[in-house]
Amino acid sequence: MSNGPSNAGKAIAVHLHGADKVFPTGLRALAPIDLVLREGEIVTLLGPSGCGKSTLLRLVARLIEPSSGSVALWPGADDVAARRLAFVFQHPTLMPWGRVESNVRLPLDLARLPAGEASRRVAHALGLVGLRDFSRAYPRELSGGMQMRVSIARALVTEPQLLLMDEPFGALDEIARSRLDRDVAALAAHEKLTVLFVTHSIYEAAFLSTRVLVMSARPGRILKEVAIDAPQPRGDDFRGSDAFAHACAELSRHLAFAAEGALA
Amino acid sequence: MKPGRDGPAWLRWAGPAVVGLAFLLAWHLFVVVKGIPRYIVPSPVLVLETLWRDWPLLSRSLLVTLEITGLALFFSVLLGTLLSFLFVQSRTIEASLLPYAVILQVTPIIAIAPLVIIWVKEPLPALVICATVAAIFPVISNTTMGLKSVDPALADLFRMYGASRLQVLLRLRIPSAAPYFFAGLKVAAALALIGAVVAEFVAGTGGTESGLAYQILMAGLQLNIPRLFAALLLITAAGIALFLAASLLSWLALRHWHESEVTREI
Repeated sequence: MSNGPSNAGKAIAVHLHGADKVFPTGLRALAPIDLVLREGEIVTLLGPSGCGKSTLLRLVARLIEPSSGSVALWPGADDVAARRLAFVFQHPTLMPWGRVESNVRLPLDLARLPAGEASRRVAHALGLVGLRDFSRAYPRELSGGMQMRVSIARALVTEPQLLLMDEPFGALDEIARSRLDRDVAALAAHEKLTVLFVTHSIYEAAFLSTRVLVMSARPGRILKEVAIDAPQPRGDDFRGSDAFAHACAELSRHLAFAAEGALA
Repeated sequence: MKPGRDGPAWLRWAGPAVVGLAFLLAWHLFVVVKGIPRYIVPSPVLVLETLWRDWPLLSRSLLVTLEITGLALFFSVLLGTLLSFLFVQSRTIEASLLPYAVILQVTPIIAIAPLVIIWVKEPLPALVICATVAAIFPVISNTTMGLKSVDPALADLFRMYGASRLQVLLRLRIPSAAPYFFAGLKVAAALALIGAVVAEFVAGTGGTESGLAYQILMAGLQLNIPRLFAALLLITAAGIALFLAASLLSWLALRHWHESEVTREI
């Protein structure tokens, strides 16, 4: 398996070895998957609906256990206990009764972090997503894109090393989505994050990723791996480049093939 | 506020007020013109006069009824929420106890009241027990449903960040349940009053406490119909006041975030 050119020598962040998932109903969501994510990579899982992308992400997040095989996070590291992953859901998943600041603060409160330190981190995370002025607002007062930013701030507040994102911008309009994709790329570079990102948008995958894994459905498996060789973080100008156009064309071809496989 | 559906704000007050005044006027004219005797239908003016004249008597009764209602509401909220917490702890507990809560609910309070009044010697506790039985079910069923109506994605989130059972209860389940609880509270407030009045009726003249239902009963026996109407008016007013108080609590708790209490600026 090839890795992004600049990350080839980096330590392993996620290692799936023959991990699969069969649900109690007998539904096979994932065929055995082998996957290595190296630190600093942005890897996208691209595929049609129902191809097990989210299941794969939930396996990595330990929200579900693999039926067989193994999932290891930072297998070589000697400070695994100190490392954290954060998950951004498909929907903002905010507590409607809490203000923006208390939503972002939640993971720290649950971990019983001292109040002063928590406040400092909340302010920092809100600054990263550009919502410093909205800390006293309630979620319902914000647009869909801003709610998603709150959700990202909540993920960043624990200062994670690994960020898992499950179609986070699927419900947003194209403009908001492009802006957030750009921000995610910048944040990942700035905060030295490893990102595993699920999407069904070719453009989103091409823009964000160092590698794209094209998945096909029933059972979900990785059909094709596409490396996108352009320096990170990428700005909006990348969307006009030849590299972006080529990546989109290639991904589109593989995705069409994956979708056909799903129909057959 | 949506002007298209609700109309301007003043209309929401003026509409019911006009209907009420028209009704009172029609009632008054009907009684005066037809010369209806006061022991059949008293005029609204006479009812108000009676309310004023009998206020020392009626206000004492009102306090008694309100005391029973308030205590019943307190106990039904306390016991009802505790039972709900118990129910959501395990399916076995819920499946074992819920049928009995339903039996308690579907058995008319008027049928249970005589037994309770015989068993419990003290009149006040007996009446409070009856009214509590009448009011507790909406608290139990709404709060239980609310405690279970947790956004599964938020539950995942809490689990992922290693929340303890207590943290999940305090920070997730209770806030999620709040809108349901307050909807139940509004119903329970009305039912507690109805339960109190019904129980007073059953206790009847045997009861030493003289609540509003006792006044209605006595006024009926004495054909003192204006006083009967005045007592009725007080019960209705108490019911409305309780409902408004429950609504106010609900608004205070939910106004920032829940759709039911948020006034849209758009």
